[in-house]
Amino acid sequence: MLTFRIEDAGQMSCNPSIGGVGKGHLVRELDVFDGLMARAADCAMIHRRMLNRSKGPAVWGPRIQADRRQYGAAIAGALSRSGVEIIVAEGTRMITRGGRVIGVETTQGQLSCRAVVIATGTFLDAKLFVGEEVAPGGRRDEQASIALAQQVREIGLGQGRLKTGTPPRLDGRTIDWSALEEQPSDPERWTMSALTGSGGELPQLRCAIARTNSRTHDIVGGSFHRSPLFAGAIEGRGPRYCPSIEDKVLRFGGRDGHQIFLEPEGLDDSLVYPNGISTSLPADVQIEFVRSVRGLERAEIVRPGYAVEYEHIDPRRLRTTLEVREMPGLFLAGQINGTTGYEEAAAQGLVAGLNAAAVSRGAKEVRFDRRTSYIGVMLDDLTVQGVSEPYRMMTARAEYRLSLRADNATTRLGQAALDAECVTESRREQIEEHFMQRSAPAWSGTEEGKADALYAPYVERQQREWEAVRRDVAVRIPESLDYRAIAGLSNEMIERLSSARPETLDQASRVAGVTPAALSALFMAAHRRAAA
Amino acid sequence: MREIRHPQTDELLDHALVLRFDAPASATGEDVVELHCHGGRAVVDAVLPALGTLPDLRQAQPGEFTRRAFENGRIDLTEAEGLADLLEAETESQRKAALMLAEGGLRKQTGQWQERVLALAAQAERAIDYAGEDDEVGDLSLSRECGALAKELNRWLARPRAEPLKDGVRVVIAGPPNAGKSSLLNAVAGGERAIVSDVPGTTRDHIEVPLALAGIPLLLTDTAGLRATSDPVETIGVARAERLSEAADILVWMGPPANAPQHSRTILVHGKADIVPPDSGSAALPLSAKTGEGIVDLLARIGRLAERMLPADDAIALNRRQAGHIQDAANFLAAAADEVEIILAAENLRAARTAFDQLTGRAGFEDVLDALFSRFCLGK
Repeated sequence: MLTFRIEDAGQMSCNPSIGGVGKGHLVRELDVFDGLMARAADCAMIHRRMLNRSKGPAVWGPRIQADRRQYGAAIAGALSRSGVEIIVAEGTRMITRGGRVIGVETTQGQLSCRAVVIATGTFLDAKLFVGEEVAPGGRRDEQASIALAQQVREIGLGQGRLKTGTPPRLDGRTIDWSALEEQPSDPERWTMSALTGSGGELPQLRCAIARTNSRTHDIVGGSFHRSPLFAGAIEGRGPRYCPSIEDKVLRFGGRDGHQIFLEPEGLDDSLVYPNGISTSLPADVQIEFVRSVRGLERAEIVRPGYAVEYEHIDPRRLRTTLEVREMPGLFLAGQINGTTGYEEAAAQGLVAGLNAAAVSRGAKEVRFDRRTSYIGVMLDDLTVQGVSEPYRMMTARAEYRLSLRADNATTRLGQAALDAECVTESRREQIEEHFMQRSAPAWSGTEEGKADALYAPYVERQQREWEAVRRDVAVRIPESLDYRAIAGLSNEMIERLSSARPETLDQASRVAGVTPAALSALFMAAHRRAAA
Repeated sequence: MREIRHPQTDELLDHALVLRFDAPASATGEDVVELHCHGGRAVVDAVLPALGTLPDLRQAQPGEFTRRAFENGRIDLTEAEGLADLLEAETESQRKAALMLAEGGLRKQTGQWQERVLALAAQAERAIDYAGEDDEVGDLSLSRECGALAKELNRWLARPRAEPLKDGVRVVIAGPPNAGKSSLLNAVAGGERAIVSDVPGTTRDHIEVPLALAGIPLLLTDTAGLRATSDPVETIGVARAERLSEAADILVWMGPPANAPQHSRTILVHGKADIVPPDSGSAALPLSAKTGEGIVDLLARIGRLAERMLPADDAIALNRRQAGHIQDAANFLAAAADEVEIILAAENLRAARTAFDQLTGRAGFEDVLDALFSRFCLGK
């Protein structure tokens, strides 16, 4: 593992929380393959909430607040026990031969290898913005991967730039907690990982909810000209799902207020992360608008918020194993593929890692299906549809979400994890134990068993629908199909389909903007080719 | 304007207007050349064979232009269905209805429904994926709007359908043997369509005759006389007649009024009125195939009943395939309206969207193409 700084493993660049609706599903899924995120989250948990508890179990979203230091320590500990060698250096260039990756050039010399995973996060040719100040870097006071970005562009993978933001960090001792609505941790002691036992957990803290008001909005609105977002300095697109306070005021300024979730960053840390007011406004504007909020009148900002803009590639150039189509042996994972969020990045890290290992060992590829996992949904979405804004997981993306629950990840993926030969002995036992319990009569009384029964009729209907779809996709779209040769497809359709290169008609139907008529034309063309 | 000359003999055939349409901006999406020749059979008879001598040129199969336009993505499925109907249209009302579809009438309407379902789905999804945030939406309005859309779809489904228009309104003549059913059919259709004799039970199988009555397509059916019989062939014919009577859109009953089968649209007819005049006070229409008495009256009554079964001139008439998918969508929306759990409401909305996708041809390709293209392969 090559990294700028050894202490960056397990560093939470954004908010100190893991999970959520859709994201929690990803964490539970990667846990089945022994991904570290769930166990580290359990070790560092200081607040837990099962989101959507009032709705059906399919969309319950486990989310925890983590003690930032404990989380980093948990990851570092797991890494040191894993036998992974960490090399502190900057990877500057991939070395290739005959189009294949055979090594990496670093600031400490060359390394030879059969496969490389690039996971640059927000560091690829990254720039930081605080008001009018601009600095290179992927996180406060850190470097950027500029040399590597150059090569990524040369290979022709580059698509564009995205941006994300963070809020100012507050000193919790200067917050008037008594004026704020409290949000206690859940009383039920659920965990993120199926392996985490009971006991040994950290004390659970409360969060609080504050609200912006019209004065806050006036202050923010009056400073738009000093925001790099609006002054045109930032060209990258931000996520619509987690807009900056500038965006919120611009687009929903008429609202009486927006929530701010005040999340403690640790047990022995007074830092508080005010979730909901990420900003790139100058520091003096930040302190002014923060103090306009009830409960934060005397709040001190420890570190101002900033926006980071970074480079990403077009994920349609990747296979669903996250290997670059044009450069075998090169895998990309995380923000470089246009996603946002720890959980999305970790899930891709799992996929790229498993498959890079498979390439190196000459083992079988590990594939994920959108019918059995959120990971599969994400891979399919990224590689077929591409991204136009940072991609965040949501349950709405999963058409089979009634069967893709956070509570049945082991059931769905246990066998795949065993087949991938990537799990520890204790995990193997847990998976096998789970399968045994499923076949026992007491199963119907468990939460997972009850949820199975609740959704059974709907899942059966989806199964029938899927059978119908499968009939349609029996004709595969030949990889060599020349879309330009299909008369009547508009240039736009040709461009979209050529970029996405769907393998089946079912995938083609999910390519953004493809019309029914184009699909019919494609179906007929594929059909004719198959018949010829 | 160009001279049209025979490719081999160079003989001048015509001075014609020649229009060139380059792909993809043509009706079919392929390169198209149109020759606008002078009218007159001889010109056409000379030009077509001359074109046929060119390599790779042949006459188009029936419906081939539509098929190519569809394959090339120039039109969507409901429009293609409309064009197919247009090709088959034999009456004025069929032509109007087909044109409505071909011009995208149903596509536009479906687009509007899809937008509404999408907005409802987005409302449900927001409530699910943005848990615990400020603006959680009230589920009440979601349920109400799902219900309203389901009702609207059901009102569409209650309208007259395309089948009577396309296949003709099914008018079935039924009654006991030797009541003059076949004579009536012959009198209406003209000529000896059915064998007529004095022997009861002459008609052993049914005979169908398509007719147009003032622009209304009819399918007139003569059936075997209804009686108990030991003849095995006639027995089958009688059973078939009973089934046809049940499935009729309009039943013309030529037996004693008291014996008429239950049917919502029955015309009682007293046949052979020239031989046996009807009782005074009988509700049955006196009719004689021989003298022609009552036939104009009968046709007028059939026409009035049939008209009500047909879609209005400016209405979009759904065919069975289209209605099936809209019915599915309506059922899913009604289920979404009744659902208290938001995820299951969202699941029903998703299913409703799939139903609309199947309607426009975005999903379920095989079925849809089968349904459509089987119609171009009937040997026409």
